[in-house]
Amino acid sequence: MSPTLHPLRAPSELWDGPIVDVDVHVEVPGVEVLRPYLAPVWRQYVDERGWSQPFGTFPYPRNSPASARPEWRPDDGRAPASELSLIQEHILDRGGVEHAILNCLFPIDSGPPDLSVALARAVNDWLVAEWLDADPRLRASIVLPARNDPAAVAAEIDRVGGHPGFVQALLPVRSGMLYGKRLYWPVFEAIERNDLVAGIHWGGSNEGLPPTPSGWPTRYIEEYVSEIQVFESQLINMVAEGLFQKFPALRVSMLEIGFTWVPMWLWDMDRNWKGIRREVPWISRPPFQIVRDHVRFSTAPLDADRSEELEHVLRWLGSDDMVLYASDYPHMHDDDLTVILEAMGEESRAKLMADNARAWYRLDPAETMADGD
Amino acid sequence: MATEPDPPRKRSRQGRVVVARVSDIPENSRLIVTVRGREIGIFNVAGKLYAIGNRCPHRGGDLCKGDIIGRVYAERPGEVALDPTMKFITCPWHGWEFDIETGQSWYDPASPPPATPSPDARHFGVEVANGADLEAQLAEGQVGVVDERAQAAYVDPTTHRVRGPFQADVFPVDRDDEYVVLTLRSARATQR
Repeated sequence: MSPTLHPLRAPSELWDGPIVDVDVHVEVPGVEVLRPYLAPVWRQYVDERGWSQPFGTFPYPRNSPASARPEWRPDDGRAPASELSLIQEHILDRGGVEHAILNCLFPIDSGPPDLSVALARAVNDWLVAEWLDADPRLRASIVLPARNDPAAVAAEIDRVGGHPGFVQALLPVRSGMLYGKRLYWPVFEAIERNDLVAGIHWGGSNEGLPPTPSGWPTRYIEEYVSEIQVFESQLINMVAEGLFQKFPALRVSMLEIGFTWVPMWLWDMDRNWKGIRREVPWISRPPFQIVRDHVRFSTAPLDADRSEELEHVLRWLGSDDMVLYASDYPHMHDDDLTVILEAMGEESRAKLMADNARAWYRLDPAETMADGD
Repeated sequence: MATEPDPPRKRSRQGRVVVARVSDIPENSRLIVTVRGREIGIFNVAGKLYAIGNRCPHRGGDLCKGDIIGRVYAERPGEVALDPTMKFITCPWHGWEFDIETGQSWYDPASPPPATPSPDARHFGVEVANGADLEAQLAEGQVGVVDERAQAAYVDPTTHRVRGPFQADVFPVDRDDEYVVLTLRSARATQR
């Protein structure tokens, strides 16, 4: 069988080299898998209350087609992306995949703050024991406790950030308060201190935060499309507040939101910065340049259908270092990678598919080659 | 106080033009004069005189009607400071800052100069001379005087509203007074 670079729907003449997939989801199938990693007091809490999962756990509803590809949905009722064997079969063993970064969206924001901390610890220890230690191709993002306790967030980053499998700390984009605010400085300080990437990811777990500043939209399609504006607000705020001057080594990834929206927002910021520079005097060069140095964007969902249109956007980005390939497994965005591979041009395809992510996440291809897969 | 009724209206070869009495531009005020069809703002900032074209190189706004502010700087958030030694004129249209001494635009100080001409504001040489010296220079054509029909105006430093037309009949020079002399070549050229 010729290797199928799944989930690429691209002819192999466009790309048959190594792949780093920066957004692969892993689902906690239920609290029972976490029990061994919970402290006794929290095991008792869970047992006594019959607590099964946080409110708002993302269940990949069967009739929401974009939530998971049909072929990635186990027939036996298991949750998609909930076991290592599923991810191996669907992503890792399809050929070419050098590394995949696991992003677990287990929503643990609400409830008692100490439970949130206990659950974050349990999920991270579960990720280490049953995923990272089990397959050298895997890397993962640290799952963080509720953001309204920045000290606890920083403490969890410090607790597990030294594990070589963790390359990122995951921050849901709907945060209640914009991430550039000084309240969050201890979080980004910890991320920088542990040489991790801050991964801003689609969603807001269960804090009840809508994707628009005017409240909840009515339909799924609106939420799907509206989320971009939350990312825009976070990006603009992080730049304006001087997060990248405060933490000069900080790297931020914006995940599961594409990148076509980036140039026009930063043109606008560059343009207005010229007149109100003194309001943000720590920004001593055009904001777009700061973003080029400090921020990356994953491809999925790829909201463009024609490569000639995407060529414009890529040129407007002004750098071929900024975009990282992601399957967004097990979601189904119907991305056609032919479009972006053609738009990137031959000389930049290796950057898109692997090199940018290797550099950004400090990945060493030799680590997985050595295992002889 | 002898004021000659009919001043010589020669153009100086050096582009030097008497534009006002020193007392017309008290400290922290400004005067916009029209010299040879060009509006130029003369500023007295903390006792020092500056002259800059009344046209923002960005979109053509009345640059000389903007605020004068010190340079705000910071290495990182939380360390904001003011450098009072460097003064900017800010365009009232879009807020771009220009060094009032050199006309250097300041919105993008860390970037290399663009391939297109630098969008700096036009700035001019300005000096103070006494009437006795100017009298001789006027006679020899080394200095001109501002056109008496020139549209010149005070600009209120707070509201930036134009206070009224300048009375050009102060010219020519009074031997006992001191005058502001503008040099129409750019200050950059005269510095060399």
